[in-house]
Amino acid sequence: MKSATGSHTGTGTWLVQRATAVVLAVALPGLMIPFLAAMPLDFAGWQALFAPLWLRMLILLTGAALALHAWVGMRDIFMDYIHPTGLRLALYLAVMVTLAGSVVWLAAVLFGAALGSAA
Amino acid sequence: MKFRLYRYHPESGEKPFMQDVDLDLDPAGKMLLDALLAIKAQDETLSLRRSCREGVCGSDAMNVNGKNRLACITPLSELKQPIEVRPLPGLPVIRDLIVDMEPFYKQYRSIKPWLINDDPEPEVERLQSPEDRALLDGAYECILCACCTTACPSFWWNPEKFVGPAGLLQAYRFIADSRDEATAARLDNLEDPYRLYRCHGIMNCVDACPKGLNPTEAIGRIKSLLVKRRV
Repeated sequence: MKSATGSHTGTGTWLVQRATAVVLAVALPGLMIPFLAAMPLDFAGWQALFAPLWLRMLILLTGAALALHAWVGMRDIFMDYIHPTGLRLALYLAVMVTLAGSVVWLAAVLFGAALGSAA
Repeated sequence: MKFRLYRYHPESGEKPFMQDVDLDLDPAGKMLLDALLAIKAQDETLSLRRSCREGVCGSDAMNVNGKNRLACITPLSELKQPIEVRPLPGLPVIRDLIVDMEPFYKQYRSIKPWLINDDPEPEVERLQSPEDRALLDGAYECILCACCTTACPSFWWNPEKFVGPAGLLQAYRFIADSRDEATAARLDNLEDPYRLYRCHGIMNCVDACPKGLNPTEAIGRIKSLLVKRRV
């Protein structure tokens, strides 16, 4: 029998999933507070809420953590169920592009002209 | 008592089917294995593995009313009728309730389930302190019945790549053993997205283990050791 051995990877990915889970558990309820405090929101209210740089940075960091967490989760699902290597790689790529694109889009929304001018 | 038994005879060319069986038996104090042997006495074509009939050998693991259990220590009185008995899921069926355990054993062999110590043999036994010996409690009692591994969806999807809860519990048993010197090599052997990290903490293994062991906890300890040597 051919002896099986590990590829010496996987621990980092698992740690990323755990670490981002902690970030999300803290940041998501934390972010709810300023939003709930500012309710009900009109357009001017929204602009004022997003004005502080730290809040936009926090939202971007939370978004990045969510993307990383989702990446590990989607990778796990594909490793479980999608066995043809080529198809799995293609799906990895699609998820990576979608998640990275979403984070860039989030950054563009947060630091783009509309909010940037209000800051 | 009413039973529904999974039957499969490959030489007949027929597909597997569920057979309804009525058995005149008082369930008081009897185990499922007693009923299956009584059914086999009526119909000798029913095939199953069994040996010690007291939960020590692990041969009569099967899926009973949807849960993997040892027939010999499953009281008939606690089972809802009709009692549906199937072979262990996730392994190829050879006949009736007999599965091919080779995929399970292959993963077990891959973790080198023996003590690795290249030191010269001492005059007496390789002694352990009571504290070191206590680290093996909850890990050495596994009887390799495969109830846990065949209850694990990660093993169903990747039986060639994922070691499975029984194999990982045994891997931890030797990692935790103070007399074993191959800890680093054992961790190398396991550090892999498939071999170890297919475990998502579903904990079907803990639910299924007829010996009350906790493979998920052992897997968590392996992960902790891997993190400690990395960060």
